[in-house]
Amino acid sequence: MKWKLLFELFVVFFKIGPISFGGGYAMIPLIEREIIDKKKWIRSEEVSEVFAIAGTAPGAIAVNAAIFIGYRLAGFLGALAAMIGVLLPTTAIVMLLGSLYFLFKDNALVEGAFLGIRAAVVGLITYAGIKVARTSIIDKPTFILFFLILLSLLFLHLNPILAIFIGALAGILTMTAKKKIQQKREEKTHFQNKQIREISK
Amino acid sequence: MILINLSLLFLFIGVISFGGGFAMIPVIEAEVTKRGWLTTSEYTDIIAVAGMAPGSIASNSATLVGYHVAGVPGAIVSSIAITFPSLILILLIAVSFNKINQSPLFHSIFYGLRPIVTGLILFAAIKFAISNGLIASTFSWQMVILLSIFALSLFVLLYYKAHPVLVILASGIVGAVIFS
Repeated sequence: MKWKLLFELFVVFFKIGPISFGGGYAMIPLIEREIIDKKKWIRSEEVSEVFAIAGTAPGAIAVNAAIFIGYRLAGFLGALAAMIGVLLPTTAIVMLLGSLYFLFKDNALVEGAFLGIRAAVVGLITYAGIKVARTSIIDKPTFILFFLILLSLLFLHLNPILAIFIGALAGILTMTAKKKIQQKREEKTHFQNKQIREISK
Repeated sequence: MILINLSLLFLFIGVISFGGGFAMIPVIEAEVTKRGWLTTSEYTDIIAVAGMAPGSIASNSATLVGYHVAGVPGAIVSSIAITFPSLILILLIAVSFNKINQSPLFHSIFYGLRPIVTGLILFAAIKFAISNGLIASTFSWQMVILLSIFALSLFVLLYYKAHPVLVILASGIVGAVIFS
């Protein structure tokens, strides 16, 4: 019985995997159709939790969502079956495309095509950056942090891995500072209120 | 030995790849060029091929770097290595998600991480623009054409929600017609 479930998990995600172009969120409607409506593995209220967890953990949203749903249904082995299911077709397709590219990259037509494609890739990455900026740069501290990191990456050749750790640290420091400022403000108003009360007496 | 190097690198990148794959583009670029496995220009092509296939751009580019460096075994090892940390971390998070989600420390970390992710992605865009001749110190018609392809791609992605694969294919056709 358990093996049947594991196999089903593998098959469902094997089918969903190839359709997850351009990041995992394109997968949400597919997950809804296959896993909620057809298989009834999770309820539709749970989808937001699935994607909250998938977005929190490092890695691709689509793969993370598969791992989490697999885990919910059949523990560690379920997570593994779902992960292999979603990974196998995409890895195979990317390897096939890659080998074609390495085979034909010196062909004049392909060389020309890739000149154009590289410009489009810059557009694609810029687009991803703009999309992320809308939800990540929300106030002055986040804007300053973004700006300083971009400058350090460009001109000081800051190591990108280091940038990630700096970000986590800066987040903790800024939030602590914000809390302290708020506390002081509250103390101040508290003190003022007290004074007003004493005067009115 | 090269397989061990590949798996160690991508295991580590798997652990830090917060906020989807695009922020990992400059991280992988810095590491593979430092090791002399690829040039920035070759790596741009890998990102292009990675974007044409389904799946995450980070794990796809890991697969292709592995394939370029050590053939099919390299591709398989890299693909597993970059995904394995997700498996372990999801299991850990799944057990205590409510607790994590309510912790102020967790929210502080992500408050700082998100602008960094944005910075990393735009840094990758600028770096690729320079290394592929979109931004150059001397004027050329090729630069004008490349910038037009860039601007048009960004425009249809932003305002017409065009499919990324379609954008890559269309620019490939334009490139093949103009440049060959």
